[in-house]
Amino acid sequence: MTKNLDKLLQTLPDDDVLSQCIHCGMCLATCPTYELTKLERSSPRGRIRLINAVAKGELHITCTFAYEMNFCLDCEACETACPAGVKYGSMVQASRSVIAQAGHETLLKKIIKKIIFSHLLLYPERFRATARLLYFYQNSKIRKIIHSSKITAKYFGYLIELDKLAPPVSKVFGNAMIPEIIKSQKESKYKTAILTGCLMDVMFADVNLDTVEVLKKLDCEVIKPGNQFCCGSLPGHNGDFLTAKELAKRNIDAFEKYDYDYLISNSSGCGAFMKEYKYLLKDELLYTEKAEIFSNKVKDIMEFIAEKFPHVAYNNYNETITYHDACHLVHSQKIYNEPRRIINSINELQLIELEEANWCCGSAGIYNIIHYTDSMKLLERKMNHIRDTKAKIVLAGNHGCIAQLRYGASKFEVNIEVQHPVTLIKNTLHNL
Amino acid sequence: MNNSVKERIKSIVGKPNFTDSREDLLCYSYDGTALLHHLPEAVIFPENEEQVSLIMKLANEELFNVVPRGSGTGLSGGSIPVENSLVVVMTKWNKILEIDARNLTVTVQPGVITGKLQSEVEKTGLFYPPDPGSLNVCTIGGNVANNAGGLRGLKYGVTKNYVLGAEMILPDGELLKTGGKNMKDVAGYNLRDFIVGSEGTLGIITKIILKLIPIPAKSITILAYFDKLTDSAQAVSDIIAAHITPCMMEFLDNTTINCVEDYTNIGLPRSSEALLLIEVDGRGSIVEDDAETIKNILYKNNASSIKTASSVEEAVMLKTARRSAFSALARKRPTTILEDATVPRSELPVMIEKVTHAAHLFDVIFGNFGHAGDGNLHPTCLTDERDNKEIEKAHKAFDFIFNEAVKLGGTITGEHGTGLAKKQFLEKVAGVPGLEMMKKIKCAIDENNILNPGKIFTITPRCEGTLPFRREQIKKFQ
Repeated sequence: MTKNLDKLLQTLPDDDVLSQCIHCGMCLATCPTYELTKLERSSPRGRIRLINAVAKGELHITCTFAYEMNFCLDCEACETACPAGVKYGSMVQASRSVIAQAGHETLLKKIIKKIIFSHLLLYPERFRATARLLYFYQNSKIRKIIHSSKITAKYFGYLIELDKLAPPVSKVFGNAMIPEIIKSQKESKYKTAILTGCLMDVMFADVNLDTVEVLKKLDCEVIKPGNQFCCGSLPGHNGDFLTAKELAKRNIDAFEKYDYDYLISNSSGCGAFMKEYKYLLKDELLYTEKAEIFSNKVKDIMEFIAEKFPHVAYNNYNETITYHDACHLVHSQKIYNEPRRIINSINELQLIELEEANWCCGSAGIYNIIHYTDSMKLLERKMNHIRDTKAKIVLAGNHGCIAQLRYGASKFEVNIEVQHPVTLIKNTLHNL
Repeated sequence: MNNSVKERIKSIVGKPNFTDSREDLLCYSYDGTALLHHLPEAVIFPENEEQVSLIMKLANEELFNVVPRGSGTGLSGGSIPVENSLVVVMTKWNKILEIDARNLTVTVQPGVITGKLQSEVEKTGLFYPPDPGSLNVCTIGGNVANNAGGLRGLKYGVTKNYVLGAEMILPDGELLKTGGKNMKDVAGYNLRDFIVGSEGTLGIITKIILKLIPIPAKSITILAYFDKLTDSAQAVSDIIAAHITPCMMEFLDNTTINCVEDYTNIGLPRSSEALLLIEVDGRGSIVEDDAETIKNILYKNNASSIKTASSVEEAVMLKTARRSAFSALARKRPTTILEDATVPRSELPVMIEKVTHAAHLFDVIFGNFGHAGDGNLHPTCLTDERDNKEIEKAHKAFDFIFNEAVKLGGTITGEHGTGLAKKQFLEKVAGVPGLEMMKKIKCAIDENNILNPGKIFTITPRCEGTLPFRREQIKKFQ
């Protein structure tokens, strides 16, 4: 066994994952990065070949290898397309971990991983304090000056774009506004726990509040465990399994203390990752069983409503709407019909199907920061399709997509409102 | 291939269109074929005819091999590199040059994706029928080079029935133009049909003119399940004998049904022994009449359930599920060896039996599916390439299947091509004179044997090779 194979296997669900691809090429048509370069190595099939070459010792961990693995959006569209059921996502994440261990990462990625993953995500108070600072900056005159200055635009163009891309920090964070336990006024139908999340908490507090509101309307008890952490998807998807595992364990500990039926997620990346805790912690003896229980309770808010409240009534809403499939909803969690079913049960609301709805918008975690130019090509494609629908509102079930689409709307001048589906549900849902 | 040759190649195509990095060599060392792969020496992405032509001339001068490649979804190893080879990737030639609505033709570059071509011509009310399983990925150039078939072959024929003209760069660097938009053209040898199915051994295709037909007005899709494999095969024969030509008549056995259901979750009955997916299309009431007759035949042949797709979406879903069959079979075992033995349609029930028999005889697992209406089966061996013994058994089973197919008057490959995977069996169907004629043609066109050598057949004198040391190894002269 080569050293690299050994390292890969530490993070792969099992050994057979590596040998399952029959290189039929069915994934090529759905891969956004293959579409960009038309190079086989930028396709899922090519990347799997390279990972296998590294595992077998036919290839060293080269710069090109590292680049291709990080060039991948990890959107997992190929997993949906793969009839053979190859677990591509886990292979790429494992390879990223091997690349990180070998030190083959770009400086920018190293910095982000060091600062955000290791020093902020594990310490919610520090994270919130940083967000607070960002809030002051975002609402200060300095920002306006920087943005209007030609000199900064010339020398710090990239940083200014990133600044514009960052969603506004909420004035009050969701964590502070949501009490630990909200009892249902009637007999509670389900006991639901929620993860306030890291970015969701500080930048999308409104979506968290809407989620709580919807659960309350559905007569569910809402539990928000106090000592909870980021789900770990950002570090996990970028090959930092140490941090990811640590966060997973802390969340399992935090939620274990409460009695709940389902853990409701309103961010597809978090939901998908928490459903994978059982694979992530497969080798941690103390946590294997707990992780299994934890993962099996996780449900996306739309999955939950479509499954448990299929006949709930909505108010009429006369509007045109389109729906963007967040990758980690449609590809990782295979949630495709549920949101459409909900939208279609709202009277007078007209759903216009978006061309390439299940293509990545280019947000992909921290992808739009590290691969800004490529990300923008994908975003432009997405925004053009959105423009073609002539809809008034576009829905997206992930905070990353929401931020990216809002940025895209202003950058590519598309007149569209970007909303989380839960906000639409809150606005239209009848009280039971 | 030494560095000075590589430099010369680079100066022809330009630096950005050339790569010999280890990562790229690994990524162009395979196609969709199981078990076969080989590293090329370099890979290029030419931009125009002139570059391809210069590369051919250089190859003759420096004696390296040239292997053309599209999306690499082939199933006979046609685009897998050989020793000392340069892979020429044509995927960037992806422009539809003209849709001629008056002549009902479309002119394309070879790198256009087949599915994309279809959706573009359908926007103008026209139709390009050949639809190989990989249509969303494969290129039209590859389709022409392999004379690709597909689900609709039964009524609409295969790629060769639609190629009106083509341009290709010959191994000596000259540009061959043949055919055009004429519906009839008998000037000289029919070189156009000769290009179709040449598997990249006679030239690199650079432009194709295809025939289009009006899009069928309506279609009805029928799904039938059977408890007995032989009943389904008999139903197919009866439908053909009743003088009905559905546009597709697809067959899936129990193993395939289960794998497809694992992938798609569309509610296929897991206990059924066989499934037939039949579509009739056309104009007016004939479509309904045909559908009715087909249903009656299915009933007579003990179909346990017969359903009609209620919407276009449902029909598309069923066909998409069928197209995933080959890859879905990989859920069972990591290696799937897919073949496409084809027999005259009347012999289909016998051939299905033979495949089942081969699986028992050699103790291997087979998934069987295919274009039943064409007599074109896809017996797929589910195995593991890491297990040498099992692979040997699989090869023996295929040997048996091919022999049986030929005995029934069939052929070793219906639509995937001969390539590397089936060249050892070619003599069985083509016969010695046939094979010799093919070799003579190849030698005449490609003097130095630089273009995709070793595919379809190996050019060596008959006396060459290892010396036989047992009596049965001596090949009889026929």
